[in-house]
Amino acid sequence: MSEQVTNDNNKKLVLRLLGVVGGMFLFGFALVPLYDVFCEVTGINGKTRGKAIYQQSMVNTEREVSITFIANISNGMPWEFKPLTRTMKVHPGELNEVRFYAKNPSRKDIIGQSVPSVSPGEAALYLNKTECFCFDQQTLLAGQEVEMPMKFYIDSEIPENINHLTLSYQLFNVTDAVEAAAGAAK
Amino acid sequence: MADHHPTGIKRWLFTTNHKDIGSMYLWFSFIMFFIGGAMAMVIRAELYQPGLQFVEPNFFNQMTTMHGLIMVFGAVMPSMVGLANWLIPMQIGAPDMALPRMNNWSFWILPFAFTLLLSSLFMEGGAPNFGWTFYAPLSTTYGPPSTDFFILGVHMMGISSIMGAINVIVTVFNMRAPGMTLMKMPLFVWTWVITAFLLIMVMPVLAGAVTMMLTDRHFGTSFFDAAGGGDPVMFQHIFWFFGHPEVYIMILPAFGVASEIIPAFARKKLFGYASMVYATASIALLSFIVWAHHMFTVGMPLAGELFFMIATMLIAVPTGVKVFNWVATMWKGSMTFETPMLFAIAFVILFTIGGFSGVMLAMAPVDFQYHDTYFVVAHFHYVLFPGAIFGTTAAVYYWLPKWTGKMYNEKMGKIHFWWSMIAVNLTFFPMHFSGLAGMPRRIPDYNMMFADFNQLASIGAFALGLSQLFFLFIVIKTIRSGKKSEDKPWDGATGLEWDKLPCPAPYHTFDTPPKVD
Repeated sequence: MSEQVTNDNNKKLVLRLLGVVGGMFLFGFALVPLYDVFCEVTGINGKTRGKAIYQQSMVNTEREVSITFIANISNGMPWEFKPLTRTMKVHPGELNEVRFYAKNPSRKDIIGQSVPSVSPGEAALYLNKTECFCFDQQTLLAGQEVEMPMKFYIDSEIPENINHLTLSYQLFNVTDAVEAAAGAAK
Repeated sequence: MADHHPTGIKRWLFTTNHKDIGSMYLWFSFIMFFIGGAMAMVIRAELYQPGLQFVEPNFFNQMTTMHGLIMVFGAVMPSMVGLANWLIPMQIGAPDMALPRMNNWSFWILPFAFTLLLSSLFMEGGAPNFGWTFYAPLSTTYGPPSTDFFILGVHMMGISSIMGAINVIVTVFNMRAPGMTLMKMPLFVWTWVITAFLLIMVMPVLAGAVTMMLTDRHFGTSFFDAAGGGDPVMFQHIFWFFGHPEVYIMILPAFGVASEIIPAFARKKLFGYASMVYATASIALLSFIVWAHHMFTVGMPLAGELFFMIATMLIAVPTGVKVFNWVATMWKGSMTFETPMLFAIAFVILFTIGGFSGVMLAMAPVDFQYHDTYFVVAHFHYVLFPGAIFGTTAAVYYWLPKWTGKMYNEKMGKIHFWWSMIAVNLTFFPMHFSGLAGMPRRIPDYNMMFADFNQLASIGAFALGLSQLFFLFIVIKTIRSGKKSEDKPWDGATGLEWDKLPCPAPYHTFDTPPKVD
């Protein structure tokens, strides 16, 4: 084999391998949406879906599912945040409403974002929210307090083995991030 | 061609010779091994007894983090690339690596990458302290300012590994001597080609992960930030998608080394050559679908736990094939026990112990007990120290005559072996027990009930550290004043580098390809 042929072969193979490297770099980023899609389809990871429209035709009054609400705040968030109902029993298919209480005791206006999570993870597929404060960010002025409504229903298809679920909200302080984004947009 | 090359520092800066570059890789990894080892000594000194003795908890965390990073990326991986550079061209009858200039570059990135990483120890806020797995949000929201140096360092060493891997693949595919078919290649070459493919598949994913960290930290993205719609658990998925193949990147070349050395000293052909190749390839393929066994406790659904548990246990099958093949190679062989063979046999036995604890950890229901305990520490140190590092040590003793033309002192080699063998078990075996009893990893202080096991482990660790200094002494002594080696110091050794080349191997070898039949 002449030197020229070897060099050409090397170049071809190197380019192909670099293609693999570039492809895998992009694949690393593609894992992000793939992961979200996978979790949404299978309902694992406890991520609830977005806004649902109530369209249950039948309420299963034979069954009762209990649901517990948890509210937590993360580091750097001075709000008080708690569910006004701790636990309730609901019939699958029936529309319910609960309220969460939030207060900004600080002297600054603060924007909060709550992130929901359902346990057990597979129950997330059957918990539908028609109205939730977690769909938007909340701005509380200094000292302001609010009661925030959340309407939900549990799909009557919920598997027999799930009799109890927990809906947890983690509240984050996103004031800096929102202001930074607003500043960047100007 | 004469042995013509520049002298002094220029020889090393500008060299494109695979032997020079191989030596630089090996010395670099040796230096990193001692730096990472010194950090391990700090860790073990602090853990010698309960309570806080020597260091602040935050500095302790920096030590565990840097120890892991330096050992994985600075010691084990470059040492394997060093062996590849030295051996692959000679073993396949090529004059050099296919891309010699890139080879030079991929080495010379490393000292800069690790200077960046190590410099973070002296920065305000200290070095990275979030563990070598740098889970978000510890490394994003809560990471020290020096995390950015860490990110850049990881990028650089990733580029270096990718270039090294591309070089290996191109060399093996395009530069084999006529007649050297794929299924005639020595197993070390085979394991390295498979390792190289793993490297080019997963190092870019690691680069993606640290890039996402960087943008999360400074550019307002929320890949791993729940407040912005991201997910910290996703970090673990991406990291371990890289991380699990990474552990095979570190061990497969050592499999290759054992598969060269055991037949040489058993004076028999390797048992089941083809099955060794296929087993290595299947381990590599399986490594892509088992990553979440590192995260059984994040709250996966049952189906996920089952899938990752079963897929992980499957890996025990090809690994078992390899272990049985090594044992079958030794079976009824005319064995002698020179130092390389001792290290190779210890590799087989101790790696198998590490493999067994791996199977235990693979069982999702019991992993809930073992997760993040010292049992995990015991497991991965058993596969890394007596696995990857004993493999490299065996390779150094075996090929040192080929590299330097000098023979090491056999008596000293045996002392080094027994010293390391006892010390490595004294260090890591008690960790199984403290782990099963519930001692968590990455803590500077612990409950009184773990005191005895930790004291044993610390004594073992100090002895192990000293034994490696003794290894350094043996290597330097061999190079400076070792007895001249015969051209074929091991009568059972086979392969082009032993059959066709003298000891030491000339600076340029196989300018005309050898005949392979």
